[in-house]
Amino acid sequence: MKELRAAFIIATKDILTEIRTREVLTSIVVFAILVIVIFNFAFGGDERAVKTVAPGILWATFAFSGILSLNRSFMMEKEEDCIEGLMVSPISREAIYLGKFAGNLFFILLIQLVVIPVFSLLFNLWLFSFEFILVTLMATLGFAAVGTLFSAMAVNTRARELILPVLFFPIVTPVIIAAVNASLLILEGKGFSAITDWLGIIAAFFVIFFVASYLVFCFIIEE
Amino acid sequence: MGHADQPAIEINNLTRFFGSFKALNDISLVVHPGETLAIFGHNGAGKTTLLKILSTVMKPSNGEVFFNGRNIALESETVRRDLGIVSHRSFLYLNLTAYDNLAFYGRLYNIDNRSQRIKELLERLNLKARMHDKVSTFSRGMQQRLAIARALLHRPGIVLLDEPESGLDIKALDTLWQLLKEEDRTIVFTHHSLERGFATSSRVAVLSRGKIAYCPENKGSFSELHQAYSLSLEAM
Repeated sequence: MKELRAAFIIATKDILTEIRTREVLTSIVVFAILVIVIFNFAFGGDERAVKTVAPGILWATFAFSGILSLNRSFMMEKEEDCIEGLMVSPISREAIYLGKFAGNLFFILLIQLVVIPVFSLLFNLWLFSFEFILVTLMATLGFAAVGTLFSAMAVNTRARELILPVLFFPIVTPVIIAAVNASLLILEGKGFSAITDWLGIIAAFFVIFFVASYLVFCFIIEE
Repeated sequence: MGHADQPAIEINNLTRFFGSFKALNDISLVVHPGETLAIFGHNGAGKTTLLKILSTVMKPSNGEVFFNGRNIALESETVRRDLGIVSHRSFLYLNLTAYDNLAFYGRLYNIDNRSQRIKELLERLNLKARMHDKVSTFSRGMQQRLAIARALLHRPGIVLLDEPESGLDIKALDTLWQLLKEEDRTIVFTHHSLERGFATSSRVAVLSRGKIAYCPENKGSFSELHQAYSLSLEAM
């Protein structure tokens, strides 16, 4: 309970920082919308092609905009060594991970909240089904779990903007593939039973990487 | 708080390696409750590494540290509740206001009457008029004052300060030491000026190449300290 309270305080601090600056989220949302618009120009005319490529475009957009959001997550902690300020507070290292994870999850979901309606409108696709929301939520949990850990690792390197995607994408590929395939089945009108295997992969990915990240986070920030 | 006869800080055989480089070499030291220990040393002597280990940010390669009888490796969260730290960097979020920063740390430390305590400290450190301004608009000295407010917010019994006076004007220096000494605190700080550090401390130590080269039980004289420091520079 103490850990969750501390995590909540850290996550709300991240949100407050973004409210005060309104810099990063705006840029990321604009970037995401631009990506969608570019793909819309490329594939927008062909209705059959759109259905096939739409899930790939959508998840590529989520992945690229997500990584921009993750990149800034620990950058703000690096400035003025704020991460040490957290480390000398009477909270566990795990609470810091949970707080940063919750903050990252919130920002990625917020980006998706803007991107999905725009994507739906431009590609003329209905994306507001229960199945699609479930796939998006679960895949984003996996994204944020791995991304938070790698963001903490990358922030101490010189080429951090480059290192994070290099570390992050190979690990997160299974969840992107599963999410793309599940989204394709949903767009083809298949029911919930058709996506259960993919959902299983996404859920397993989240559980494994969340637990592993939670356990190793203390070693990452202490060294 | 520990017992009166119990050391506030007890360091036993502390060693820290960075690769094959020995930054701290078998350091043992006792700081009694209420003492103000000034640590001097040349660049790279191990002062900051020692403070980082004491503040639980870094783990030692060998050795143990006890705060009021508690092993900091085993009871780190409990120990940190009574620990205040002023580092080279401020630990402040530049895009948040002074008040937001202190409120954030106040929530982490679960401080009672948070708002009142924050305003009281900001008033003492002459920052109240700017409390709703972003820290990024503050001068270096103002950021240092706010970092001191952050470190003392939860009324810690043990305070570790790494070059705390850098960037502070004379008035802020007076306020800093008044704030530090008005409660019965154990203080460990590093300083680049022998004169200034000697004047504000009740005990002194000189670190040289990761070892304690000089640390008398009583304060000793300034000339002895000066001699020990000069010898440590020659040994570099």
